[in-house]
Amino acid sequence: MSILAAESPNPLIPVVGEIIIGTIAFAVLLFVMWKFVAPGFERAYQARRAAIEGGIERAEAMQAEAKAALDQYRAQLAEARNEAAQIRDQARAEGQQILEELRVQAQEESARIVARGEEQIAAARQQVVNELRGQVGGLAVELAGRVVGESLADEARRQGTVDRFLDELDGMAAGSPDGRSGSTVAGGTR
Amino acid sequence: MTFSAHALGDVLAVESDPGGGFVPPGVGEFFPETLFGFSVLGIQFDIDRIILALWLATAVILVFLVMAARKAEIVPSRLQFVGESGYSLVRDGIARDVVGPKGLPFAPFLASLFFFILANNALAIIPGIQISPMARFSFPLVLALVCWVVYIAVGIKNQGLWPYFRDIMFLPGVPKAAYILVTPLELLQNFIVRPFTLAIRLFANLFAGHMLLVTFALGAVYLFQVGNFSAVFFPLSALMAIVMTFFELLIIFLQAYVFTMLMGTYLNGSVEAAH
Repeated sequence: MSILAAESPNPLIPVVGEIIIGTIAFAVLLFVMWKFVAPGFERAYQARRAAIEGGIERAEAMQAEAKAALDQYRAQLAEARNEAAQIRDQARAEGQQILEELRVQAQEESARIVARGEEQIAAARQQVVNELRGQVGGLAVELAGRVVGESLADEARRQGTVDRFLDELDGMAAGSPDGRSGSTVAGGTR
Repeated sequence: MTFSAHALGDVLAVESDPGGGFVPPGVGEFFPETLFGFSVLGIQFDIDRIILALWLATAVILVFLVMAARKAEIVPSRLQFVGESGYSLVRDGIARDVVGPKGLPFAPFLASLFFFILANNALAIIPGIQISPMARFSFPLVLALVCWVVYIAVGIKNQGLWPYFRDIMFLPGVPKAAYILVTPLELLQNFIVRPFTLAIRLFANLFAGHMLLVTFALGAVYLFQVGNFSAVFFPLSALMAIVMTFFELLIIFLQAYVFTMLMGTYLNGSVEAAH
């Protein structure tokens, strides 16, 4: 043991050659680490982070896009509903208006038809009255001539009498109580 | 097995001389014979198998990291996943959370520390090597000195030369009279104790771990062939060697993490103005 101790140097005393060798070995490792290894790992970390963050960003962008599309669809839907309601209202109003016009037209038409009918009736009555006037006059004169037995020679006088009689008749036909009394008067004169 | 041929020879010598007793492994464990040596500018470089192991560990971790990071994808390959897990443990767990918001630029440096120590520590239990270069004081010292330079330089750069030293020497909120005691202590702690504790913590853990492993392994060999009643304890010693190997696995990872974590807290003090 004593021989060994004498042979061996103190383990706590560094050797200059070893210090240099150790320094070089560490320096080589440090250099390679600094130049190649650490940048390589840092690149991988960066890429990983970018991949994760990029994925999140992409997902967020897609979500925002989908939300925008949904909002747009909703807005369009609401607009379409609005428009449909408007069109319906308008159609209803138009229908009402058309109905009203038709009713007015129909009323006018019926009024016109009624008026024309009345005119025709009036005209026909006038014609009948005129015809009757001639015939009744003739008949009356003839009847009177036969009853009286005398021929009224004086044409002019006869004509005047007939006309007067007919006028009285007309006045009676007007339906007034005066006319009726007139006829009584006429009857009285006779 | 891998404990030094020298110590094993001592143990096996018991066979020829049964009265010699157990010769425990000594410091010579950590100074195997020089394989070749050369001198540059008057500095002697003696290359032994521990230095070869350092080169091997450095080369392996370099190749692993480059392979893992070369084609870093969003969806990681299995190799990239392993490398990335280690890297983000340091980047997020230490650079970002311990050093602070301005800590991310230090992530490559801290990760280099972590992977370098981890790879070299791992050699402590890799069959065929089973000794860590970190059990050689020069290597932890190199790392501690690099850290020492870095955290002082970062402190001066971030806070200015005078404010940096002023805040260390004259802690705000301390009574003036206390400076007589506090100032020398703070200077000692920040500029001398820190780098040495960093180096010695790592060194001592790996040194002691290796000593334990070798002692139990050699003890098992000794007990196996001692030829008297003590031989019944041979399985116990062998079992302890195996258990200690698993314990070493924990130490390997823990010490790499602790070293990096402490450097993170030192950097935190340098990056941010005094509390």
